[in-house]
Amino acid sequence: MARALVTGNNAAGHTLAVAGEANRVARGCCGGAYPITPQTEIIEFLRGFKFTKGEIVPVESEHSAMAVCIGASLAGARSFTASSANGLTYMTENVFAAGFYRLPIVMIAVNRTVGPPWNIWVDQGDSLALRDAAWMQFYCESHQDLVDTILVAFRVAEDRRVLLPALVAEDGFILSHTTMVVDLPEQNLVDRYLPPCRVPHQLSFKHPGTVGGLTWPRETEHHRREIQEAMEAVPAVMREALDEFEKIFGRRPHGAFTAEQTEDAEVVLVACNTMARTVRRVVEARRAKGEKVGLVKVKMFRPFLREEFAKAIGSAKRVGVLDRNHSPGSGGIFWTEIATSLRQRPDVLLQDYLVGLGGGDVLPRHVEEILDDLKARKQSEEPIWKEVAA
Amino acid sequence: MSARTDTPTNNSDFSAAKCEALTNQYVRSDGILRPGNTNCAGCGMSLGLQWLDQGLEGEKPTMVIPACCGIVTAGGFPTSAYGVPTVATTFASSPAVATGIAKVRELNGEANPTVCWTGDGGTYDIGMATLSAAAERNENLIYICYDNEIYGNTGGQRSSATPLGVKTTTTVQGKAERKKDVMAIMAAHRIPYCATLSLAHREDFLRKIKKARQTRGFRFLLILSPCPTGWKSEPTDSVELVRAAVGCGLFPLYEVFDGVRYRINARPDGTPLDRYLAGQKRYKSESIDVGLIHSQIREQWACLEALERSFPARKED
Repeated sequence: MARALVTGNNAAGHTLAVAGEANRVARGCCGGAYPITPQTEIIEFLRGFKFTKGEIVPVESEHSAMAVCIGASLAGARSFTASSANGLTYMTENVFAAGFYRLPIVMIAVNRTVGPPWNIWVDQGDSLALRDAAWMQFYCESHQDLVDTILVAFRVAEDRRVLLPALVAEDGFILSHTTMVVDLPEQNLVDRYLPPCRVPHQLSFKHPGTVGGLTWPRETEHHRREIQEAMEAVPAVMREALDEFEKIFGRRPHGAFTAEQTEDAEVVLVACNTMARTVRRVVEARRAKGEKVGLVKVKMFRPFLREEFAKAIGSAKRVGVLDRNHSPGSGGIFWTEIATSLRQRPDVLLQDYLVGLGGGDVLPRHVEEILDDLKARKQSEEPIWKEVAA
Repeated sequence: MSARTDTPTNNSDFSAAKCEALTNQYVRSDGILRPGNTNCAGCGMSLGLQWLDQGLEGEKPTMVIPACCGIVTAGGFPTSAYGVPTVATTFASSPAVATGIAKVRELNGEANPTVCWTGDGGTYDIGMATLSAAAERNENLIYICYDNEIYGNTGGQRSSATPLGVKTTTTVQGKAERKKDVMAIMAAHRIPYCATLSLAHREDFLRKIKKARQTRGFRFLLILSPCPTGWKSEPTDSVELVRAAVGCGLFPLYEVFDGVRYRINARPDGTPLDRYLAGQKRYKSESIDVGLIHSQIREQWACLEALERSFPARKED
């Protein structure tokens, strides 16, 4: 293992590059690259990397960055890119195309507020806007989590039982631009971990066909159901991917949910990304005082494993969701998923907190206030705007 | 319209065996465009695709086709009228998707050309930024625009390729603006090869496909492609309309090498402009000013002749 002091973006860039390089034994790697704050260092890293059999194309827009990935993947290469905020919204049409073409592309989404008004700070609204695009979505809490998740994402995405693209999210600036000591995966280990990329519907002269052509409602329904089935195959494939990861790298990355101190918890908070780490600190402090509180960290948002989530909260009767995103006219996007997960649990008081929107700095004291509110409340209400004003 | 009564359209069995059986039943190795496609009678694209095939002289391309009639041509899943691997891309994306394909083909030592086959909407309008960027990067692609001067697939709306005065469903009084000079735009990218191709000049057409095939880098080919449905013309007149467009000087046949050296391939032969206009109801509009079209043709030729005189093609071009 190469331990290195790196930023989140450099760690992500390195990991994408070694994953791409690992496919030199097959059809190589290729992706499109376009800058946007705060992901730019990732594509800079990729453009600077000397691939044995790979090329990163500096295109004119995010829309084309994903289009290059689509072409490369259809030609059988391993493919990846990165974007943020309005880059993701501009790219959206081709993000859907990649999902519906069933191409195992991996994209890093460095979470940033979608403008206008223009704001470069973290908010998960950009990647969550892509939740219906037939991509898996993973949310990472630390530099190491990011590195490990990227490798797992390639392995699951390219698995024949899944064949879906994967989005790996990290918090803009809080993770992307801060530095931590990370075990950066070495090439020889990644070569062992990632089998050669095989796209079964790769463009073929032997079996010419039209990829993405016309279908009727019935075939389209079939296509969508197959995607749903592929999503349903993810948990088993991911378990295998985590087992294999542990064998090769000697550590086990987090799974879909991480239930912490929930066995006897009466109150559970739900969070993702770096905010989960702030919540963890508060939970630990409260536990030390004897309070029965717990944390469920959501790492995998698509597919969203409803049953597994319902189990993760244990016997808790109060669940608070911290949403750093906002679906206007509804509320927090994680909250609505969790509400459907807990539909068999009318005994649970579920409350949504919109917190840290637009990159507001969520401090332990804000989490304490949320926890106090949740413990004291008689009933749930509409999502609460928890302003942190920082 | 060639109806496709033999195509299963309501079949839910897509098992591997069934797909294999269908593939064997329908896949024929007779070129890029196979019989049973959905093109209208007299569609310029049908002839263009066949001549593209002939010009490639057996080299199998990968076809990258954005939203346009050209992708409807393929027919419904799981059949495909294209006899070569084909991708249906999003509207603005064909040169970027083709870039990814061409890069990976190159990384793997595969010489097969990657061809973008696009309409004028995908070229002059929505795909212009993507096209310009791929040309600026000098991607190793053959980009072919079959220009029917309207959004044909959606029923005939104006594009920036629609000529001045022409009636479309979104310019019912006739278009108020001139046609965009896409050849000048592409030449300004200083790409290795740009050419206009006529469906009435087969030898010239095939020679240009061959030239494009033998050139590396970004190659832009523009075909004036009649659309009887949108032009309100007779399907049997399509080739003669193109011949008239070339003959009267409206559609000049020329090549531009490295964006700076010009060669004119055919000069106006005295064909009256009316031979072109009269066969198309889209030109039956009070906003058509024949005198103005004549002066624009003269202006176009003055420019082109001056360019060829000052910056002639080399013998080896």
